[in-house]
Amino acid sequence: MTAARRLIRAEPSFGLLAKLWRLNWALVLLLCALAGVGYVALYSAAGGAPEPYASRHLLRFGVGLAMMLGVGLIDIRWVARLSWPVYGAAVGLLVLVLRIGHVGKGAQRWLELGGLQVQPSELAKIGLVMALAAWFRRASWAQMGNPLFLVLPAVLVALPVGLILKEPNLGTAVIVGLVGAAMFLAAGLRWWAVALALLPAPFAARFAFDHMHDYQRARITTFLNPESDPLGAGYNIIQSKIAMGSGGLWGKGFLQGTQGQLDFLPEKQTDFIFTTLAEEFGLVGGLAVLGLLACIVCAGMLIALRCRNRYGRLLALGVSTNFFMYVFVNLAMVLGAIPVGGVPLPLVSHGGSAMLMAMFGFGLLMSVHVHRDVEFAEKRDG
Amino acid sequence: MTRIAGQAKGGDAKKGDATDAGVFTRRALLLGAGQLGIFGALAAKLYRTQIVEGERYATLSDNNRISERLIAPPRGRILDRSGVLLGGNQTNWRALFSPGQADAGAVLDAFAQLVPLGDAERARIERELRTHRRFVSVTLREFLSWEEMARIEVNAPDLPGVVVDVGTTRTYPKGPALAHVVGYVAPPNDEDVAEEPTLGLPGLRIGRAGMEKAHDARLRGLPGAVQMEVNAGGRVIRELDRQEGTPGEDLELTIDAGLQASVLGRLGDESASAVVLDARNGEVLAMTTTPSFDPTLFNSGVSQAQWVEWTRNRRTPLINKASAGLYPPGSTFKMVVAMAGLEANVIGPKDRITCPGFLDLGDTRFHCWSKHGHGALDMRGGLKNSCDVFFYEVARRAGIDRVAAMANRFGIGVDLEIELPGARRGLMPTRAWRRGHGKAWNIGDTISCGIGQGYIQTTPLALATYVARIASGRALQPHLTRRVAGVVQKGGAPDDWPALDLPERGLHLLREGMWAVVNEGGGTAPGARINLPGMQLAGKTGSSQVRRVSRNQREHGFNSAKLAWEFRPHALFVCYAPYDAPRYAVAVVVEHGNAGAAAAAPLGRDIMIEALTRDPAGQPAPAQRVAEGQS
Repeated sequence: MTAARRLIRAEPSFGLLAKLWRLNWALVLLLCALAGVGYVALYSAAGGAPEPYASRHLLRFGVGLAMMLGVGLIDIRWVARLSWPVYGAAVGLLVLVLRIGHVGKGAQRWLELGGLQVQPSELAKIGLVMALAAWFRRASWAQMGNPLFLVLPAVLVALPVGLILKEPNLGTAVIVGLVGAAMFLAAGLRWWAVALALLPAPFAARFAFDHMHDYQRARITTFLNPESDPLGAGYNIIQSKIAMGSGGLWGKGFLQGTQGQLDFLPEKQTDFIFTTLAEEFGLVGGLAVLGLLACIVCAGMLIALRCRNRYGRLLALGVSTNFFMYVFVNLAMVLGAIPVGGVPLPLVSHGGSAMLMAMFGFGLLMSVHVHRDVEFAEKRDG
Repeated sequence: MTRIAGQAKGGDAKKGDATDAGVFTRRALLLGAGQLGIFGALAAKLYRTQIVEGERYATLSDNNRISERLIAPPRGRILDRSGVLLGGNQTNWRALFSPGQADAGAVLDAFAQLVPLGDAERARIERELRTHRRFVSVTLREFLSWEEMARIEVNAPDLPGVVVDVGTTRTYPKGPALAHVVGYVAPPNDEDVAEEPTLGLPGLRIGRAGMEKAHDARLRGLPGAVQMEVNAGGRVIRELDRQEGTPGEDLELTIDAGLQASVLGRLGDESASAVVLDARNGEVLAMTTTPSFDPTLFNSGVSQAQWVEWTRNRRTPLINKASAGLYPPGSTFKMVVAMAGLEANVIGPKDRITCPGFLDLGDTRFHCWSKHGHGALDMRGGLKNSCDVFFYEVARRAGIDRVAAMANRFGIGVDLEIELPGARRGLMPTRAWRRGHGKAWNIGDTISCGIGQGYIQTTPLALATYVARIASGRALQPHLTRRVAGVVQKGGAPDDWPALDLPERGLHLLREGMWAVVNEGGGTAPGARINLPGMQLAGKTGSSQVRRVSRNQREHGFNSAKLAWEFRPHALFVCYAPYDAPRYAVAVVVEHGNAGAAAAAPLGRDIMIEALTRDPAGQPAPAQRVAEGQS
């Protein structure tokens, strides 16, 4: 019997009830609140009716909540063992979607799996976080200083990023890349390496701009000057800012948002859902939602900090950074601070695939929390 | 794996782990702080958008949702003197199409099944669909009948985006009969809209000719405004505010529609014009021009073919011959010459001039219309016989400038200030006018003017005015506006006009001469005699050459009736009646009618009989008629 085995056995009994007790109910409450915000916003986006968005949103959240709790109860070590298969499956699906995927709304590719629309790029984000956590779990401080040790994780990041870029879906690719970078940093990447990585960034940006698709370039140019094309590409940004700005401090009132109710706001049930809220509930409502989102991110980071095993820490940090990136890109987009990118607001925007993947991520977070004191058997290669 | 190795490495890992945990904690806190910082930045941006720039965005939001539209006021009606409708508004049902999501081709096919569309019409619709912006609707068809409208409404599910909309269109119940007087309206062109933006209103028409143009501003009224909440598709959600416009004012003309119709009927197929004035105050009772045109065609735009036909027609249907047709007055001008001679005292009322059939001046011989001459005539006789030589001589004695001054006082060659746009003043030549053209005035020109030929150009309206002035002795001016918005306009009472300031004896002589023309044996227009008590007519014929008759033609038995139509002389007749109490003045011009006595005088007589028998004295009072017309 190895020491590792004894270590597991030495832990207190870990029954279902104990696990349920250890669930982070505060996080569950925060997520329910956020989904509730989504219900209100979608109810308004449908012109004051639960159909067609709000009721389905609630149903999906229910399914997602159950899934989250289920995933949360899975032993973190099992999760760790699933890291590589999940990553492999995600990359496989990304390849598959390039071959046979459907193109919808510009370029976000999705697969039709048993009547479900699946965006492999959603899975790739979680898969990458899991794979990097699994790799960096065993990394010592010394290894983090060894460039050769970093080659494989760099490839792990580059593979999905490249495939997603090819879809092409710039927004998601950037999110995936940044989440990967955050995990490198958390794993203990040396500062000199960070500096070295940032050095070619301007050139990379230039290269990326030159190789962009026309619609992507249009997004960036209209972002820089939205009034240059008020009825075309700049329309969304302008109308979004008008909607939010006209909301003022207290908003126009529930179902009273003229921009949203009179259809001036495009995609108000998906990407621009926050705009609907900010118009009808004003700065007060907008800040409340922003605070709620910040609390969820903080809860995730706290789970990462409280976790005693390295896999769990890295996984929790990756998952919450991923959530944060989503929130940031979406809000910055609707506020006109970064180019429009087709990124929904998790748990608020209408959309099944994004909701389920987000809840799956929170499930992983929950598992980390439940198993925060679990130690891994130190099965070292040797 | 051995236990020792495991322990050793495990110990190593534990130490590493501890360091890593410290690094992780620091880095995680750093990342967390960074994320919170970014949330703070988003909050700041939200604050900036909603509070700092909130006002600006609130305005933009209102601009988005509130659409202000002007509503075209109903155009004022145009009525005749007894309230008969001459120009009014008719409801116009039209089918509009805003494509939106619908498949335009399929909808057009379905529409064409219900309301047949011509190829040209379909091409126009497709062109407009291509060029219009997404939210602007295209007119499929105007002037829908009840039946067509019902068919469209019943089949509405097959016609997504098609709506039936109500507008108004201008109607002219009397059509061609008053086309030149009432005029017509047409959609404003780009220049009009640039000058007055409210003209850009959909469905608004502006007066383009006739009284529609003359009183356009008062007929048009003031547009109202409606504030509506619209959605992004331009669909109206609700009305926020509405301000009704001021309807245009009704315009009552001096025209008698019944008289107008019978005058027109009498002119028949001739290319002619006749004007009937109230000889006491200058009110235009009838102003006819043949041939005419249908003014409603201008409402929706005249086709190219129709336009070419109108403009190429040598009978000029678009020109109001009464106020803009220019003709030499011929012998009808002789009263002017007579009065000029009397006033200049170059001839007395009883002085005689002998007519041998011609007048020699230098080496030029001027012929009288009567080859054998009229012998010795006084002024009354000169008028009665329309002796050319008599008036050659009077004109020669008086001089062209005195003749011209007298003509102007009678209303010839001056601006009569008639309301009609495009009215022409004609031409009464003088020495100064000729000098202005760099040429000297010849005595021969004076002689020609003596019988209303030469450079003199006048309109039928001026001739009627001239006769009315002789009959009334007042400097009245012809006018068409009787009431605007119910308010009687100046000029309706005889006393509104000053006296002509000519000796009554002279005027009486002119009237007597004109009476003799019609009523005495040997007069030039015995056919114009009216054998009814109290309706005696006084008149004067005229035939004005449009082409000089050469000596050769004259000596070889020239007969103008055998000339091509456009080279025949115009036939003119001016008259007033009753002789002893002048009530009506009439001028008739038949283009290329050859001889005034034969072609114009009978028309003048019949028109006068019609006017006299329609005398309002024997009809209900105007006020009563107006009330009936409105009920």
